[in-house]
Amino acid sequence: MKPTDDKNPEYFHKVVDCQYACPAHTPVPEYIRLIAEGKYTEAYMINWESNVFPGILGRTCDRPCEPACRRGRVEEEPVAICRLKRVAADNKEDVKQFMPKAPFEKNGKRIALIGGGPASLTVARDLAPLGYEIHLYDEQDAGGGMMRSQIPSFRLPIDVLNEEVDYILDLGIHTQFKTYVSSLQEILDMGYDAVFVGTGAPRGRDLIIPGRKEADRNIHIGVDWLASVAFEHTHKIGKKVIVLGGGNTAMDCCRTSRRLGGEQVKVVVRSPYAEMKASPWEKEDALHEDIQILDNHVPKIFVVEDGKLKGMTFEKVHAVFNEKGKRSLVPTGEPEVFIEADDVLVAIGLENTFPWVEKSTGVEFGEWGMPVVDAVTFQSTNKSVFFGGDSAFGPKNVITAVAHGHQAAISINLYLKEKSLTERPSPFVNLVSQKMGIHEWSYDSEVENDLRYAVPHAAKTVTLKDRKMEVELGFDLQTALKEARRCLNCDVQTVFVKDRCIECDACMDICPTSCITFTANGEEEDLRTRLKAPSLNLSQDLYVSDTLPTSRVMVKDEDVCLHCGLCAERCPTSAWDMQQFLYKVTKAC
Amino acid sequence: MTYIRSQFRHPGLPKNDLGYTTKEYEGAISTLCAGCGHDSISGSIIQACFEMSIAPHRIAKLSGIGCSSKTPTYFLGHSHGFNSVHGRMPSVATGANMANRDLLYMGVSGDGDSASIGMGQFVHVIRRNLNMVYIVMNNGCYGLTKGQDSATADAGSKSKKGVANPFQPIDMAGLALELGASFVAQSFSGDKEQLIPLIKAAIDHPGFAFINVISPCVTFNNNPGSTKSYDYVREHVEATATVDFVPLKKEITTSYQKGTGTDIKMHDGSYIHLEKLADDLDPYDRLSAMNALQNARNKNEILTGLLYINPESTDLHHTIQTSDRPLNTLGQEELCPGSGVLEGINGELR
Repeated sequence: MKPTDDKNPEYFHKVVDCQYACPAHTPVPEYIRLIAEGKYTEAYMINWESNVFPGILGRTCDRPCEPACRRGRVEEEPVAICRLKRVAADNKEDVKQFMPKAPFEKNGKRIALIGGGPASLTVARDLAPLGYEIHLYDEQDAGGGMMRSQIPSFRLPIDVLNEEVDYILDLGIHTQFKTYVSSLQEILDMGYDAVFVGTGAPRGRDLIIPGRKEADRNIHIGVDWLASVAFEHTHKIGKKVIVLGGGNTAMDCCRTSRRLGGEQVKVVVRSPYAEMKASPWEKEDALHEDIQILDNHVPKIFVVEDGKLKGMTFEKVHAVFNEKGKRSLVPTGEPEVFIEADDVLVAIGLENTFPWVEKSTGVEFGEWGMPVVDAVTFQSTNKSVFFGGDSAFGPKNVITAVAHGHQAAISINLYLKEKSLTERPSPFVNLVSQKMGIHEWSYDSEVENDLRYAVPHAAKTVTLKDRKMEVELGFDLQTALKEARRCLNCDVQTVFVKDRCIECDACMDICPTSCITFTANGEEEDLRTRLKAPSLNLSQDLYVSDTLPTSRVMVKDEDVCLHCGLCAERCPTSAWDMQQFLYKVTKAC
Repeated sequence: MTYIRSQFRHPGLPKNDLGYTTKEYEGAISTLCAGCGHDSISGSIIQACFEMSIAPHRIAKLSGIGCSSKTPTYFLGHSHGFNSVHGRMPSVATGANMANRDLLYMGVSGDGDSASIGMGQFVHVIRRNLNMVYIVMNNGCYGLTKGQDSATADAGSKSKKGVANPFQPIDMAGLALELGASFVAQSFSGDKEQLIPLIKAAIDHPGFAFINVISPCVTFNNNPGSTKSYDYVREHVEATATVDFVPLKKEITTSYQKGTGTDIKMHDGSYIHLEKLADDLDPYDRLSAMNALQNARNKNEILTGLLYINPESTDLHHTIQTSDRPLNTLGQEELCPGSGVLEGINGELR
């Protein structure tokens, strides 16, 4: 293998698994260390800069960082990154003083944002301080988009949402709420210099099977129903409820039903339990609230008697995989199952819809009725129109929408400065030694053995009575400290300088997780078979040095490195050093 | 401040026949200087015992005083251990071995502990062919007392302060050969590929198995001019052959091509495979080993590898015809069979 180019920031960036997996690349270990130090405000601001909604995401994020967390490969469970973020949000002091303050000196350019969700709000936050006049349009009566209409209050209290939306709106954003934009052409005609579309994936998919029309009164589209509950139009539901679908919307629907009078709430899903799209913790929370999840059931008929919904019949199936690993659901041949229901909530997917974008705008559409959008610049075929969030590439999640927002803001700024959109700003990076003494580092290098701590929940008897009562109570500060110390500090990198190495093997002998090997060089496939411990995780890189005097090379498998610093402590010549790596995605500037 | 080694290990660590990983063979975290050759030797002992699937409680570690003699704390944490008086490890090992011949005795010593204060003990334990592994971690200086030249420092070798040693060295391997040791090897701490199979062969050898391991002292004897620095040893090392130890049960799956090397059959059917054996060395011939060692010395080379082995070695228990059962398992009845038996013996002598 060629020696690793550790001067290229992307190498060490990939070692910080959590940050690398985060669409917005939030510097996770950095803020976890600040939480451990009790610096909640600072931890909050690092998050706010990067992901804009720390309090919201600390409760509702899909947490792509956690499955990526190195800790999960060393022991059973990853660090509770998401809930630590909430600790920062819950315990911060006045953060407004650290945020940009309106009014800003205007640059004379006007930008329209269609939709008031996370993507648009991110664009607003990044561009308002640069002097752009921002007009935000949304059909709801407040900002937040799906965070307001689809995420129930027992998961995301309204105060938290309002606080973080207001931080942005207070930057002098001109809001046009209760305004449904029915024509993009009209907006363009108003002379905006650029338009950002962040309208999400607003339409829930319907299920057209026999009985659908007749039972219409008691069949509701999940997202619409959740919005109707959020905006206080709907206050109750029948005692027996079937929720169709296995995603997070289905989980929100069933749990909301339990709070609006649903007593026997059943989630019925086509796929096997393990393959449901809902996050594992959402499924657990639903089960905890006495909701039954029936998997491998395919809906057949809405059963209607005397013009009223009685229930549904389902066909039982099981998953069969062909040689290519493609799944098909095959009927088991068992008799159909009838389940009683007063109401049915359909949460089987979301769709994008753009009836309001006219051909005359020059915005072209491609496959699946989605706009043609550049994956890097988020520019559409009309050079002044940009897309982001679910409306760009289909339903994802809040953190992805935020990441889109940042990139779209960069593009809009470059576009209005008449610069090339493809020349993206480089990330801000820094690499600093943590050495304080022979056995002293400026980070807490000791690796804790504690297993993951659970976030305490409020009693079910209380939470089921009040739709707005938050179920999760958040970590108390002592538990938060313990959980924070589980972080392996993967951003403190093991940096190797070949010319200093005397090949004494001390690092190889001391490494608790057998990451380091000195051996003859070879191709990666071959090298991986000759390492001190099995090297089976191909998604993790090998850190390879140039050839050493004994004609061997140093190979470090990054997979389960604990970042404990022992290699550097045992190195007599400081060929190894622990250096903190900071990687920040550059915002529009 | 750490000095703490995490309890987490690589989740995919291989297991040996006993179901153990190397973790079960580790000791406490080393307090020797960073980069000390001794730690590498500890690592090799751990690996050798792991690979041979020796139950840790079947091993007794013995040492004297010095940096080398601290190392038993840093390997085989689940084994028996005795940290004895300076230079007196061989006596303690002899006593322990006499009392319980079933354990495997791993003696660790240094150049000070063996070549100076313990010389008298060292030569006699060789003479008696006590069944044990005797590893000398040889760094040519007294590291624990700030690096004075030891008795194994080569004449002319410079210490950290730049002063050349005026005295002739004691060649530990040469001495062992001279005294009739039944297994003599020499190695380098920085060459695990050679050291691990040598330790395994030494463990398997039924008698006194001596390995002199050059182990640089990074703090006091790793300077230019020293003949025991990492750089000097690497430049001057000359291996007699590449060594592999093939245990009996692996023999079927490991087959070396015929005629490409020399196989040394061990008493239990295992064998040592020597590849590219030097022309002037016959490892069964003590004289040839002594010549090779002397020739290398004349050329300023450090000869490593297996130097000599006597596969017909018989250990001390055999020589003095002790009980087949370990003494410590004999009860009062066996040890004091009563006046009748005594009278019988006396009768035979009349």
